[in-house]
Formats: sequence, C-alpha cells, structure tokens
Amino acid sequence: MMKLKGAEILINCLLEQGVDTIFGYPGGTVLDIYDALYRNGKIKHILTAHEQGAAHAADGYARATGKVGVCFATSGPGATNLVTGIATAFMDSVPMVAITGNVGLNMLGRDSFQEIDIAGITIPITKHNYIVKDVSELADVIRQAFYIANSGRKGPVLIDILKNVQIAECEYEPQKPYALKSFDIDAEKVRRTAEIINAAAKPVIIAGGGVISAGASPYLKELAAKLNAPVAYTLMGKGAISDRDPLCIGMLGMHGTFTAAKAIMASDTIIALGSRFSDRVALNRDLFANGKKVIHIDIDNAEFDKNVKTTVRVLASVDRYIKEVLPLLAPKSGEWMDEVQTFEEGEKLKVDTSIMAYKILKKACAAAPKDSPVVADVGQHQMWAAQFYSAERPRQFLTSGGLGTMGYSMGGAIGAHFGTGKLVTVVVGDGCFNMNMNELSTAVTNDVPLVILLMNNSVLGMVRQWQKIFYERRFSQTTLNKKTDYVKFAESFGARGLRINSEEDIDGVLAEAYTYAEKNSAPVLVDCIISRDENVLPMIKPGQTYDTQLEKMED
Amino acid sequence: MDDIKKYTIGALVSNRSGVLTRISGLFARRGYNIESLTVCATEDPALSRMTIILKGDEYMLYQMIRQMDKLEDVKKIGCANELDCVYRELMLVKVKAGAAERNQIVQIAEIYKAKVVDLSKDSMVLEITGDPEKLDAFVAVVEPYGILEMQRTGVTVLARGTHTLKDRDCYGDHVN
Repeated sequence: MMKLKGAEILINCLLEQGVDTIFGYPGGTVLDIYDALYRNGKIKHILTAHEQGAAHAADGYARATGKVGVCFATSGPGATNLVTGIATAFMDSVPMVAITGNVGLNMLGRDSFQEIDIAGITIPITKHNYIVKDVSELADVIRQAFYIANSGRKGPVLIDILKNVQIAECEYEPQKPYALKSFDIDAEKVRRTAEIINAAAKPVIIAGGGVISAGASPYLKELAAKLNAPVAYTLMGKGAISDRDPLCIGMLGMHGTFTAAKAIMASDTIIALGSRFSDRVALNRDLFANGKKVIHIDIDNAEFDKNVKTTVRVLASVDRYIKEVLPLLAPKSGEWMDEVQTFEEGEKLKVDTSIMAYKILKKACAAAPKDSPVVADVGQHQMWAAQFYSAERPRQFLTSGGLGTMGYSMGGAIGAHFGTGKLVTVVVGDGCFNMNMNELSTAVTNDVPLVILLMNNSVLGMVRQWQKIFYERRFSQTTLNKKTDYVKFAESFGARGLRINSEEDIDGVLAEAYTYAEKNSAPVLVDCIISRDENVLPMIKPGQTYDTQLEKMED
Repeated sequence: MDDIKKYTIGALVSNRSGVLTRISGLFARRGYNIESLTVCATEDPALSRMTIILKGDEYMLYQMIRQMDKLEDVKKIGCANELDCVYRELMLVKVKAGAAERNQIVQIAEIYKAKVVDLSKDSMVLEITGDPEKLDAFVAVVEPYGILEMQRTGVTVLARGTHTLKDRDCYGDHVN
C-alpha cells in the first residue's frame, strides 16, 4: 500500500493494464495527469494535432493489435473533439478507453470554463462511462473500464476524471487486470446448427468482424476446409480469411464481389459468424435469406433477429463456437465449391481493370512490405481498397465500417504504426484527407513510416456516384476543385511528396515511396491523379436483392 | 409488423445517478414506445427496480430487453408473465364535488375501495390502488363529475410465489 495522488493512481492503473502508448492532447483539466505521466516516464505519449486524431489513433492501435487503445483529452472542446472517434470505435466494436479531465467538484454544474458533460454526451456511443468524483473510486473504475472495453462485444469506455480527484491522495495497491470470464455455450443449439450444416448442400460462410475480434481465423480456416464451403467476408471481416485462400470469395455486400453475390443467391444455408447483417450487407433484410437456413453466431445477444431472421442462433464467441461444432460436422465434397468456381470465372471478365484505382492499389499491395497494415478512409477509395488490396491476415486491413467516418485514416494509421512498429499504407480520398490532414504533422514529428496513397479525383467520388445514379447527375456540392498542391503541402509539413500522373508513373513512384518511407521511417504522400468518373462496381442499390447487381454505369 | 400488445418488463438496475438517463435515452434512440415507467427502491439499497410497460410487437420486446441487458447498470431483466404476476398502481384523483355530489362520489369510492384523502368546499381528492384496469374503470365512473387533476404512479409488478427477478438466470425462455 502506498499513498498516491489521483493522477498517479491513474498512470499506475494504466501500467497494470499493460498500456504502453497513449494518444492525446493536454489542457487545463488534465495538467495533473500529464504531470504524473511526465514524472512516471514509462508510457509513451503521442501528441496529435487534434483530439479527433488521438481518438482515431487509439482506435487504430486497438484494431491493429487487439489490445485496448487509450486516449487522453482535456475537458470541454478537448472532450467533444473525441466524440467522432469514440463513435467510430463504438460502431465497429473496437476496445478503447478514453480518459478526459473535467473541472473540480466545486466548479461542476456551474458552466465553468471548458466544462462539458462529456459523460452525458457519450452515453449512446460508449459501452459504459464514468464520472469519477471521489479519488477512492478511481482505481477500480479504471480496472472496470478496461474489463468492459475488452470483454464480450468490445467497445469504447469513457472515464471523466474531475480535477480535484487528480490532486487528492488515496491509498493505492497494484492489482492484476480482471480475468475475462468465459460463459456457457448452449450445447443443444450447437448440435442443431451441426444438423443443419450437415444437411446443407450449398453452405456459405459469412465472416464478420467478430471473427477477427475473437482471434478465430485459424478455426474459420479449419471450418471452411472441412465443409469445402466458400467464405465471403464483410468489410469488417476483411482479413479474417486470406484473400488468397482458394475458399475465399471476397467481400459481400453493396460493393461486394460478383462471386459472393452469386454464391449467396445459390446457397441453401448461410453460416454468419460474428456479423450483424448490416444494411450494407443484407441490403434487403426481409429477402436476403429468403428460403435459406440461417445460422447466426454472435457474442451480442441483441444482434439476433435484429435485421435477419435466423433459423438457429448461438450466443458465443466465434472461436468457441467453431471449436465446439467442428467435431460434430461431417466433411463435405468439393461439388459445391466447383460450382462457385464457375462464378469466379465469370467474375474475372467483369472486373474493370482499366481504372487507375485498380492499377495503383494492385501494385501498392505488391510493393508494400508483406503483412503490413493498410488503413482505408471512407468512400470510393475505401471500397476499391477492400476490393483490390489483398489482406493476408486479420488486423491487417483497418477501416471505419459502421460509422463511415471520413477522416479516419491518418489517425488510424498513426495508431496502427505504434501498435505494430510496421510501415502503414494509407488509402485516402482527397475529400477525406482534407478532414484530418493536420495529422500528417504528427506522423512527421514522430517518424511514422506511412505511404499515403491520396486518390485524388477532385470530387467527393462516392457521393458523386450516388448523384449519378439517383439524382440525375446533379452534382450538388461534390466538386472540390481545390487548388491545393498536395506534393508541396506534404513537403511543407516535412514529409516527402510524390505524384502519379499517369499509368507509367505507378511502378517507379510506388517503389520510391515505399523505399523512402521504410528507409527514413517517415511519411510519404503520393498524390495519385485519377479520373472523377471512376466508379465503384459492382453495386447493389440500397434495399435491393443480390440478383440486381449493377455491373456497369453510364458516365 | 406483428400484433401490437402491451408487455411488462421488470429490471433490477444499479441505484446510481444517471441510470434513468441511460435507459430512457436508449428507448428514445431506438424508438421504443413506452407507456409507463416506474423506478423504486428495493430490499437491496444498491439496486432499484424498474417496471416498464412497452406498447409494441414481439420484435420490439426482444430488442428492448436485449439492448437493455447490454447496459452495465442493468443487472437483471425479464418480461413478466401476465398470469403469474400481481400488478398494482396507485392513483390520486381530484374530482369536482360540491355539496350535492359529495355523497354519490363517496358511494362510488366505497365500491372501488377508494379513500377520500382530502375534502374542500368544491372538490375531493380520492386515493385508489389496484391493477390498471380497475383504475381505468374508476376514472370512467368519476369522470362525469369533472376531474380537476389526477396522477397515476405507473405500474409495479411482482411475480406470485417464491421466485424472484433476482433469481432468474436469464430473461425467460420465450425471449432467449
């Protein structure tokens, strides 16, 4: 037992949890916390340009490593700047602990300078949150917060620590992190799923983000191999199975592959693993699984029957379920997979390999260090990255799926680098980049090796694509026409700037970019000039069924 | 959409400030239609008990219970089985009552086992306890005299017999 100040207890509790890196931004109500951090000296702190960048970095760190990401911000605007980052993590079930300071108890509720009810604001976007008013509660609150963030369906937790709590002293005794509880799995339901799977002639596996959260990729591979069943992944599930695996049929959903769409249509049984049938996957929730058996495995009870009606549901983590069900399954022949292969042959003719996005991303994927993380922002380039940039392993492909946060990638990539120590590829549009390009300075200052592929089409491409389809080409506010010279911009920030103007530049520039970034441990921005009329295809319109996949678009 | 029905949900929640905000916020944001909500103390000072009457279909019931169950502050939750429970609600009604009507109203009150808790020259306050249907019926009978104001506490529910919400291991089979 020792007597410590609240701020010191916080730092000690973070060390208990194995925290090695924090992303944040100091301010008036966290001065004591930053002082304790400074004096302790054991935790690396990355100062971002903006608190939103810190929240995305904590999220990127968590997605890339599976550990809980941590960010700090001061009260008031510091705290509200975290909100988009916390919501991003919440929608994609990313474990995160956000710590904010707030004014002291004697100032609370008086609309003091930089006072804001951040706990109230973040109720709908956190798993749980706390306002710590008494130093005696602090240590346990931090331990609980980490437990909640990392257990069950993972997600963000916010702790708002009043200034007086940071200063007050209290007895502190180190503790081990709470052990994660394992809960019972319903063996009868597992048996029923096995019966359905054994009777299925054409099962399709949907791998969602839950496969990655549960670390279930090796089991998924085993399951797919035993069933000889095709595996389609959702955007959040990209990397759950290697894109090069012969049983992998690519992404499922609005911009999913032709093969995955055909396979879903032809299947008789859907095995959804850690996936929530979002509207971007199920599209038409009533017709998606029409007449098919649906087996739904999820760790969140509230996901069952929320969007798509299931035949049997099992409440379990994906790894646990597969371990239980595998011995009950009979191996299947390759007949169904042979049929799926014919869809793949058909697909090869349909992919538009003429667009620059395809050429650049395919080559970037080959040029990037093996297994290095790639962070995609939100929009057309995100879908192209999901379609063309192969992921070999879980936690390699990171993107904001549920919330669709434009501006995620720079912070996310900085976090992914500090989590893995690896070079990170960023795929970002010019719209997104303009939202959080300030974090390029963070990458420069902290020697973060990034290759930023700025897919520069001078428009908000995805919105423009929708305006083409649904609004008779009335391009309301989607033409950016900025005069920004991104190469000069990068250089002025102290980063390297390169440009791809045409197809001939791709190989040379990419080679230079990756070599430079790796050798100098520094960010390189590659301004990739692409046409404003490259589209993301195929596409299924919202609410439509999988047989209405659009393969071409009039320009 | 399935048939719209009334469902009674009981929940043990931590007795802490902000819990009601978390729960009512959840209802608003997911569009659940709540007819009544009561929060009260329990035998355990760390826990409060909520009784919620939901107007909706089965889909909404299941979603609401499962979404509520995810909140850290919700410790136990279950849907009450109508036949196995005692429902009670308390109501205070202020009725316009001059000298001429007073006796008639007192007679009605006797039949319904309501109590007169205040009497003034032109009005009366009546207190009545019972299940919601009984209260509805009482309101219908005194309404012609003129209701000046009334307040209902909302429904509280306990299961008959020895089993308790605390002992339930899950929501009950029909939900899980």
